[in-house]
Amino acid sequence: MQFGLSESQEFLKDSARKFFAGECPSAQMRRLMETDTAYDAALWSKLTDQGYTGIIFPEAYGGVGLGKVELMLLMEEAGRALLPGPFFATVVLAGSVLDSVCSPAHKQKYLAPICGGEARSTVAILESNASWNPRDIQLNAANGKLTGEKYFVSDAAIADFIIVVARNGVFVVNAKAPGLKISPMIAMDLTRKLYVVEFNNTPAEEIGAITGLARAFDVATAALSAELVGGMQRTLDITVEYAKTRKQFGKPIGTFQAVQHQCADMYLETESSRSAVYYAGWALEENSPDAAIAVSIAKMYASDAARTVGNRGIQIHGGMGFTWENDVHLYYRRAKGSETAFGDATFHRERIASMVIDAGGVAAKSA
Amino acid sequence: MDLNLTSEELQFRDELRSWLASNVPKDWNEWREKPIEESFPYLRAWQRKLQEGRWAAVSWPKEYAGRSATLMQQALFWEEMARVEAPPMANSLGLGLIGPTIIAYGTEAQKQRYIPKILSAEEIWCQGFSEPNAGSDLAGLQTQAVLHGDHYVVNGQKVWTSYGWVGDWCELVVRTDATAAKHKGLTVVLVDMKSPGVEVRPLRQMTGESEFNELFFRDVRVPAENVLGKVNDGWNVAMSTLMYERGSYGARLHLIFKRYITRLIELARNIQRNGRPAAQDPIIRQKLAQCSAEIEIMRFNQMRAFSRLTATGVPGPEGSIQKIFWSELNQRLQQIAQEILGSYGQLLAGDPRAIDNGMWSYAYLRTRGNTIEAGTSEVQRNIIGHFVLGLPRSY
Repeated sequence: MQFGLSESQEFLKDSARKFFAGECPSAQMRRLMETDTAYDAALWSKLTDQGYTGIIFPEAYGGVGLGKVELMLLMEEAGRALLPGPFFATVVLAGSVLDSVCSPAHKQKYLAPICGGEARSTVAILESNASWNPRDIQLNAANGKLTGEKYFVSDAAIADFIIVVARNGVFVVNAKAPGLKISPMIAMDLTRKLYVVEFNNTPAEEIGAITGLARAFDVATAALSAELVGGMQRTLDITVEYAKTRKQFGKPIGTFQAVQHQCADMYLETESSRSAVYYAGWALEENSPDAAIAVSIAKMYASDAARTVGNRGIQIHGGMGFTWENDVHLYYRRAKGSETAFGDATFHRERIASMVIDAGGVAAKSA
Repeated sequence: MDLNLTSEELQFRDELRSWLASNVPKDWNEWREKPIEESFPYLRAWQRKLQEGRWAAVSWPKEYAGRSATLMQQALFWEEMARVEAPPMANSLGLGLIGPTIIAYGTEAQKQRYIPKILSAEEIWCQGFSEPNAGSDLAGLQTQAVLHGDHYVVNGQKVWTSYGWVGDWCELVVRTDATAAKHKGLTVVLVDMKSPGVEVRPLRQMTGESEFNELFFRDVRVPAENVLGKVNDGWNVAMSTLMYERGSYGARLHLIFKRYITRLIELARNIQRNGRPAAQDPIIRQKLAQCSAEIEIMRFNQMRAFSRLTATGVPGPEGSIQKIFWSELNQRLQQIAQEILGSYGQLLAGDPRAIDNGMWSYAYLRTRGNTIEAGTSEVQRNIIGHFVLGLPRSY
């Protein structure tokens, strides 16, 4: 048993970190978050050159064919850089849905352009009730047309096509389709834009059944948790650096145990989230019977931890932590958006409860 | 990353499993409730049996009758022991902490003299580290040893000594140079507990029992050859003992906690809360789920720490997050148990209405010690702050 990264995994993580540090430093991230879509075509083509847009997808569709652990590592580094724009929506979410639910012909049509960096996409799931329980979805397709609305759809304005989850199937709607209206929701996270997507007798192409979604959503949920880990790590690093240099009462504030112990807790929360995320990535890759519960454990823990780490980071920065120019609040805003996406900690605790209490212990069997 | 067991690990586990299947005592449940003084010969016999199978000290090098087990194999060892609910070994400190320290720092003569009898449980070992005025600040300890020709004369007091009442030998940290800086004037000596001037008193703890002792040393003569390691290098010797403590302890906890939560879920199905089983109460469900998840995360953290340690060879201060994690988790777990049991949670062993013979009320009290023993949570956070994150020393 080896719960550490292999040489090639270390290499991938390391080169991703360097790539994002070079191509998406804080100044670039801040520039993009002030734009309407937070999308940058030049950055996207560099992401494509790295192979990141096809990281986990089959080579038949122009992907790189790496595993879920590698996806976790890439998303961790993207999260550390607070990568703005539609990478999560397009590659992780839309890509995984296409990979799970549709036929080879549809994959060639929709997944291949994602891998090749030619298309941006997203998945429209939530409705006005904002429930992550798939049973609460109301939208129905009739005669190849959709009428209704979806909320909290990330990066919809930059998508070339939108994947829509309806009660009776998974559909693709072209960005130029008639009756499609996309309007921004003004939300906390400035780096990942959210939209209301309205359909009015809008033509939609059915690409698969909703039964295939669980697996894709598990991959996306784990990857989002990995992104949270990267954000936590960056918040911890910035905060520790500040605690070493900021002086009050004649010494660095990191000398004081009240500060030091909060940093220690940030470390514990970050590392524990990371352990849970890596395990979830491995369980998904191995199709382990505890993969679903492992994903919920990771999302549950990371959702709470990211908020707590942010709380502590802001507090330790004192007045500086409350300013706009300090990056900590930008991570904190992302953490809030990601906390609720794909179910918050309360949602996943109930999912865990249904598995360990009601089903008599999926987790118990795995040990 | 590959979380599947290797063929060596599988072979190790299967060999142990089949050995345990035919050797683990079946009557431990009848003994475990008895006072430790009564069950101690039973535990000695169990350790001897393990030693005959070469399972008493798997982490030790092969030349000392160990198996040179890797960390993963050690973790598997404790998991398997927990799985079959094997009794503890009588000489657990000798095997887990003190033996490895003697193997690392002892002279050839010391190894030959002490190691075989640690393995056979013929000589039980205890640890004299903490003092009434030196707990977290261990280096401030005051027990004094003065050299008189070929022996030291020891005076002082130790506290929180496990196995003191049955100990034949003690790994004792003493001050040998009162003029040096506090970490530099310490020495570890091996003390025969039958020496004149050694007095052992039970220390009654908040659970009502006495797991620990106080040790008093009055003009106790200790031969100079009983110094372990170098004179005035005792801090390093003692720290290496504590590293073994942090390294191996966590491995067995996962299954123990898992057993707690499984039982608790079973109880929650049968205890009524607001007109329905507690297991259907949304708040109880949230708390049980949180706890179940954290028990798994504790195991993931442990596996990652072991892999890191295997790769680098040195136990790192990351072990501190394990100590914080399991001790605080155990307290949260017992808190939830109390919430589920309600008024019954307070009943002690002996009350006919106590659930699980008072196990939960005992654990509720006992776990308060978890964040204090083996390095308080505060000290662990200091270690992370300074040694992991590189913040300035706070004291």
